[in-house]
Amino acid sequence: MSDQSCVYIKKEWDIVAARQMGRDIATKVGFGTVDQARIATAISELARNIYLYAGSGKICFEAIETVQKKGINIKAIDEGPGISDLAQVMEDGFSTSGGLGAGLPGVKRLMDEFDIVSKSGEGTTIESTKWLR
Amino acid sequence: MNTLRLDLENYRDLLAEYIRTKDERALYQAEQFSKQSMQQNISPEEIINVHLRSLQELYPELPDYILDSFDFLMETMMSYGLAYQEFQALREKQLELKSEISVAANMQKTLLSTTKPEIEGLDIGALSVPAKQMNGDYHHFVIDDEGSLGVAVADVIGKGVPAALCMSMIKYAMDSFPELRMDPKYILGSLNRVVERNVDSNMFITMMYGMYNTEDNTFSYASAGHEPGFYYHKERDEFEEISAPGLVLGVSPDSMYEQYQKQVDEGDMIVLLTDGVTECRKGDDFIEQEEILEVIREYKDLPSQEIVENVYKYFERLQDFQLRDDFTLIVLKRDV
Ligand SMILES: Nc1ncnc2c1ncn2[C@@H]1O[C@H](COP(=O)(O)OP(=O)(O)O)[C@@H](O)[C@H]1O
Ligand SMILES: [Mg+2]
Repeated sequence: MSDQSCVYIKKEWDIVAARQMGRDIATKVGFGTVDQARIATAISELARNIYLYAGSGKICFEAIETVQKKGINIKAIDEGPGISDLAQVMEDGFSTSGGLGAGLPGVKRLMDEFDIVSKSGEGTTIESTKWLR
Repeated sequence: MNTLRLDLENYRDLLAEYIRTKDERALYQAEQFSKQSMQQNISPEEIINVHLRSLQELYPELPDYILDSFDFLMETMMSYGLAYQEFQALREKQLELKSEISVAANMQKTLLSTTKPEIEGLDIGALSVPAKQMNGDYHHFVIDDEGSLGVAVADVIGKGVPAALCMSMIKYAMDSFPELRMDPKYILGSLNRVVERNVDSNMFITMMYGMYNTEDNTFSYASAGHEPGFYYHKERDEFEEISAPGLVLGVSPDSMYEQYQKQVDEGDMIVLLTDGVTECRKGDDFIEQEEILEVIREYKDLPSQEIVENVYKYFERLQDFQLRDDFTLIVLKRDV
């Protein structure tokens, strides 16, 4: 297991920095360009949510390497208002983007593993992993 | 034509062929490729990647700026792939909902089913056809402890699932009434209280309730804002409206209903219906009451069930076989 590196999200341009760091780590792990683009898109969605709904937070990356598999783990952590109805936000078509397929269900599709822990008033942590095939 | 394989080699060869020949055939195959890719959930970014790698194999000398431009294009296409996947998921969900609704519609049919009673001296015909899967119209026959026939025709303002759920409640309320003979005005009064108490205030139900007394051949009825029916006098060969004042069910807790009575002579006929019949349309125009009566008159000498079926067929055809509203028609004819 390698160290975790984080990008703090406060302003919109921090989303770019998060994408960059994610892409660098994904490249090192060995992901091809298609998967890099997917990982970057997932990072954008997570970082933009922090920027829009929590105000600030961070995105942390970790390259995972076990005997069987390699991958990238992304954590989006904030102490914002939290998401009260998780079932609802994970429903297709709920996102304000409406029909563009983006939003959290989109992140789930782009990645292999996806998990949210959120508490009203305390914040949100979203953890997602993509495995190298 | 051989089936296309969705792999790099195949795409590369096809691309090379096209660049060499500018042939429509290769383009046609690209179109097939596109369809098959969608079927196999291959997203646009993957196709761009296959394209890029094909180019690299065909033209190893390709300058970097061309190669880099593909990374840019790939990023630009990401949302399209996501939107397509979401569309697929929503489509599956829609199919699921559709089949759930058809199960519900079947349950409703069983739940709301009523058997047309056989009564000596009275020929009964009844037909109710939903415009969509769920029927927002309702009709019900009961025979009370003294052998009289109670008949209810109702229409929920609103369609589809909520209307159907509402009707199930009405049905159970009616089932819970005692077997004792109850006058139409009392039945509407108590149903009104049930609806007022239990149903959302923006859902309304209209109902005509009639009771045919088989001993003295009288028909008494009351209406809660329901579409007027018709009474056919055989002797005068004339139709007359059957209506009674009364608020739709559920508006006010203490609505009262007035009850009227008719002496039914041999060959006379009572026609009860919902606005799905009277609001049939020809193009954009509502049909005239005259036209409905003409159609009924045309079939009036047939048995009652054949009358309602023929009238339905006539209006179904008039509306190009696409009902706009639930259609319910009941005919009671005193045998000659
Ligand atoms: N980090 C977060 N903190 C608080 N609320 C969030 C967060 N992320 C998402 N949400 C809530 O979940 C909803 C759905 O998010 P998402 O799926 O990204 O779609 P969109 O951002 O297009 O609305 C958002 O509208 C927002 O209300
Ligand atoms: Mg979002």
